[in-house]
Amino acid sequence: MTTIPLELSDLALAALLIVINGGLSIALQLDLERQLAIATVRMIVQLALVGVVLTTLFAQVSLLWTGLAALVMILFAGREIMARQERRLAGLWSYGLGTSCMLVAATLVTLFALTTQLHPEPWYHPRYALPLLGMILGNTMTGISLGLHTLTSGLVRERAAVEARLALGATRHEAVLPVTRAALRSALMPIINSMAATGLVALPGMMTGQILAGAEPAQAVRYQLLIMFLIAGGTGLGATAAVLAGALRLTDHRDRLRLDRLAAPLPAASRRTVT
Amino acid sequence: MLSVRGLRRPGVALETLDLAAGACVAVRGPSGAGKTLLLRALADLDPNQGEVTLDGEPRDAMPAPRWRHLVTYLAAEPAWWADTIGEHFPDWAAAAPLIAALGLPEDCRSWSVARASTGERQRLSLARGLAHGPRVVLLDEPTSGLDDEARRRAEDLLLEHFGRGLGALWVTHDAVQAQRVAERCLIVADGRAREAAL
Repeated sequence: MTTIPLELSDLALAALLIVINGGLSIALQLDLERQLAIATVRMIVQLALVGVVLTTLFAQVSLLWTGLAALVMILFAGREIMARQERRLAGLWSYGLGTSCMLVAATLVTLFALTTQLHPEPWYHPRYALPLLGMILGNTMTGISLGLHTLTSGLVRERAAVEARLALGATRHEAVLPVTRAALRSALMPIINSMAATGLVALPGMMTGQILAGAEPAQAVRYQLLIMFLIAGGTGLGATAAVLAGALRLTDHRDRLRLDRLAAPLPAASRRTVT
Repeated sequence: MLSVRGLRRPGVALETLDLAAGACVAVRGPSGAGKTLLLRALADLDPNQGEVTLDGEPRDAMPAPRWRHLVTYLAAEPAWWADTIGEHFPDWAAAAPLIAALGLPEDCRSWSVARASTGERQRLSLARGLAHGPRVVLLDEPTSGLDDEARRRAEDLLLEHFGRGLGALWVTHDAVQAQRVAERCLIVADGRAREAAL
């Protein structure tokens, strides 16, 4: 496998496209140049750091350091899940619930792939473990944020309907089922859509990367399929666990709806848009 | 039948209440005094403390859905969770006579919820709450949005059920209505509910 090496001057040339976009934004008064510049600088710094970290980790091949890097990735993703919630659970639950479901789902799926399909030597080799975890984590994170967001905002919106069913003698599971169903649908829709469209609309990034690096397309396709199965599995497990646990937390043993366990709503500015 | 001792929840408390089968107690008091909170606590829809029993059976000894099946709270603003009216009635045959008695047409089963007027929805909600055969109903202004004719039908239907043993707490702002439907009265004020002359 051979890669055509990239010089810094090649990158500088490509970055000109961003400069052109920035120029357009100024010329047309789109007010996007500041955000564009910040995002570009963040991307450069973050990726450069990741490059350094990965180089170091690959040189070490240590279970401890690989595990620590994985943990840091998971904790950052957990923060992202919390930041995307319009209505958060009160107290430690707001960070803990999404993060713990993601931790369990992503770790299980990654370990499953490392020990049964890929067999790197050693099994925790960061060259396999970290990119794999990263891809699973990114999608599981999106699934859990969408699921929890739909669950909490749905229960707030449908409060009267949920309580009307409870008042007529429905169990908490029956009463919240329409909302949990919508939450899981919105959590899984991105991965279902991307499986349905992959290959037709866009070539997946990892597969493209392997092909650019000189891999046989047939092998690259197999890797992509493996990753999609892992991502779908991780997203499904994580989102289902998070939505069911969230629904349990927002009801109680006497089958009451407990929206008092949500924190006060945040002002719109301090929250990230859900993507 | 329904017995309450030392009921407490944020906003309202009720020391003692005994409701016999077929009895109706009017619940009165200024807006925001906690009448709705009291009914919700009795239905166990919000956290509360106190000893509440039905025919001697403690509320805590049975699952909450079973309790609410027997002691059913009907909110002032009825809520709907499906598209058509009929989907809200698990047993339409049981509800049909009630719906007819309230002056609603039989074909309302296939109506979309959006088609029903405020008053029609309020009557449908009453039928929905009576259809499964509760022992006690907790009525939160059940006739507030109704015209005279519809209100009379709703009162007649409820009085007929009281005659067959249904117990009720009935929140109303209308003193004359309280005289018509209830024998006793609870006044809710200053965070306390206490019995008073009707």
